[in-house]
Amino acid sequence: MKRADGRKADELRPVTIKVGVIPNANGSAMVAMGKTIAVAAVYGPRYLHPRFKQKYEKALLNTVYMMVPFSTNERVRPGPSRRSHEICKVTREALEGVVCLEEYPKAVVDVYINIIQANAGTRTAGINAASVALADAGISMKDLVASAAAGKIGDEYVLDLAGKEEEETDCDVPVAYVPGQDKISLLQMDGKLPPEDVEKVIRTAIEGCKQMYEKQKAALRERWVQKG
Amino acid sequence: MLIRNQYITALANKGQREDGRKLDEFRQTRIEANPIANAEGSARVWIGKTDVIVGVKLGVGEPYSDKPDEGVLVSNAELSPMAHPDFEPGPPGEKAIELARVVDRGIRESHAIDIRKLCIKEREKVWMVNVDTQVMNHDGNLIDASSLAAIVALRNAKMLHYDEKTEKVDIEKRTGPLPLLDIPVAVTIYKIGGRLVLDPTYNEEEAATARLTVSTTGDGQIAALQKGGTEPLSLDEIRECFRLSVEKGREIRKLI
Amino acid sequence: MPELKTTRSITKITKRVRHQEQGEKKAKGMPELLKNEKDFVVPGEKIVESMDYIPGRNCFRDGNAIRSKKIGVVSVAGRVISIIPLNGTYAPKVGDMILGEVIDIQSNGWVVDIGIAHSAYLPLSGIREFIDTTRTQLSSVYNIGDLIYSKISNLNGPDSIHLSMDDVRCRKLRGGRVLDINAAKVPRLIGREGSMIRMIKDKTRCNICVGQNGIIWMDGENQDIALEAIGEIERQPQQDGLTDKIAAMLDSRVKPLQTQTMVTNSTAAEKPSPTGPEPEVAGE
Repeated sequence: MKRADGRKADELRPVTIKVGVIPNANGSAMVAMGKTIAVAAVYGPRYLHPRFKQKYEKALLNTVYMMVPFSTNERVRPGPSRRSHEICKVTREALEGVVCLEEYPKAVVDVYINIIQANAGTRTAGINAASVALADAGISMKDLVASAAAGKIGDEYVLDLAGKEEEETDCDVPVAYVPGQDKISLLQMDGKLPPEDVEKVIRTAIEGCKQMYEKQKAALRERWVQKG
Repeated sequence: MLIRNQYITALANKGQREDGRKLDEFRQTRIEANPIANAEGSARVWIGKTDVIVGVKLGVGEPYSDKPDEGVLVSNAELSPMAHPDFEPGPPGEKAIELARVVDRGIRESHAIDIRKLCIKEREKVWMVNVDTQVMNHDGNLIDASSLAAIVALRNAKMLHYDEKTEKVDIEKRTGPLPLLDIPVAVTIYKIGGRLVLDPTYNEEEAATARLTVSTTGDGQIAALQKGGTEPLSLDEIRECFRLSVEKGREIRKLI
Repeated sequence: MPELKTTRSITKITKRVRHQEQGEKKAKGMPELLKNEKDFVVPGEKIVESMDYIPGRNCFRDGNAIRSKKIGVVSVAGRVISIIPLNGTYAPKVGDMILGEVIDIQSNGWVVDIGIAHSAYLPLSGIREFIDTTRTQLSSVYNIGDLIYSKISNLNGPDSIHLSMDDVRCRKLRGGRVLDINAAKVPRLIGREGSMIRMIKDKTRCNICVGQNGIIWMDGENQDIALEAIGEIERQPQQDGLTDKIAAMLDSRVKPLQTQTMVTNSTAAEKPSPTGPEPEVAGE
């Protein structure tokens, strides 16, 4: 099958990851997946106020996902929407399992994700950026989290939907994957498909996550290991 | 930090700065035109570690009743919590609103955009020009950086095609450039100790007691002013600010 | 019967000890590491798949494997594997010297911001001189905005960090300038037994206080040069020959003292200094 942008079915869009893009933050990363660009910045662990939100046994992980007004063709109204609230929640839950929050009691780890350009797969790009930014900040983690979406167009299982493919696909399944544990920490699906096919879609997405994981590792290495 | 403010003030009084610059020297300024493909026009500006993106989006809306044949300029600024540890999520605070309004005033009052040409149908439909400022990293001098990014974004913006039959904007069809008449440049002068300083870092801004933003047009006129900070300025100081902003404005205009 | 049991367990223990000793002396017979000493790792990366090794700092056991918790470099000491982190906020330890700003005064002590999630507390009992609170205002001892160099005396949970001024190095700092560096790089800036920071202090003749929390205070005429040296260490802490490079940079930049130029041959007087600190850092 030929895809609109000439990719193979199991191929990610071109991925660029830059680490340390926000000098003020404790850790940060920019992830571009094709034309989708996500920037994540991590602040903390730092003081959590108001005090009543503090947890005695662990830190709070706070994720804020936002699309900037000029990121899409139709201008996005600034401020939170129902969609962004949901993405904040699933992003937090995708990451919370790997961050060793129990090492930072009564504190907060803030993760801010800005989508500066959107073209499908913003939540997966956001999770990829956030995971690298958390590692870059030197926060204790059990693993990185890699994320990619997959779908089914006709008889083909296709990885990392882009552009018009989002309309053509039978389903859109974003997956976040914890490579060291071989487990899934985010799973959503829009569409209608028999269970066997859904599993194949998930497997396709996991293969994409594995590719993404290698790029995340390489980007962190590039930031922290001197050449020569 | 008190000790840091004291140190910066003492240095400024000696005519020196923390990073070795002259008092009227800008940090390295870099402009990237059109980094955001989905915006009609965009620009990213780095001044030292300060990093700002401005995107221009066009829409169609109703004109103001007192200006039925003029397009509408709408400015908005987001001090994203990712840009600085002190910025908090939530609706724009007074700092963000002031920033948006100062950027807006420089463009509006210099008549940089030929807004008469943005009328589609008098009294009914005009183009709305949304100028959105997104601060990515804050290390001082946000007003100058945002104003510069805004004018570069506007200069690179492309008009869209409006189909009068379907009453829809065709995003795919980008026509000519946005009609511009001038390049206003804002330069903000800060007062630290007894001296006037340009392009302060975040630490220097913390030590400053007053600031004055002067927007100048291409022909050296002043288009907008905004004073901030608690300390009053003398007329002599204000005159010096005018001189500095015209001079620096000319230099910055060359970068565009 | 009981006697027999004891002898058995003793032989078991001696066997285990012998095994341990062998492991520490040479890693022969030990399973191969997937990541070697000084290798870069990211969180979750597997360092070894074996129960013969023990996870140390910034590592955790996952089944049979040991994995990293942080971005950092692998360090192997005998059977213990740990990770030297490359970034991260400061984790307080008792005995650490830190810099902080007084941000509040309470009835019997001072609240000190040390640049991490929780503020530290300097109680009245933590200062050397006796203060009669009925006669003396606490603000006359340390006021809000004062920068103090103090020692962590006690830790009771993450938000109970107690400070003390009971150390000759502890003091209030006046004037000078303050900078923040990545707290993970502080050990490198200090160097083995303080060799690096001592060299910078000696060669620039600056007064420098390094807080383990990454806040640094300095004062002196050559502080710009000292700042540059610290910047270089922060940027490239792992590079080989860092001490020599910094020493050479400082020697070329710092002007010798006037008194030294009075000596017949000024270059001869300067010569010993580059070789001076070498024996201290030979182990690096």
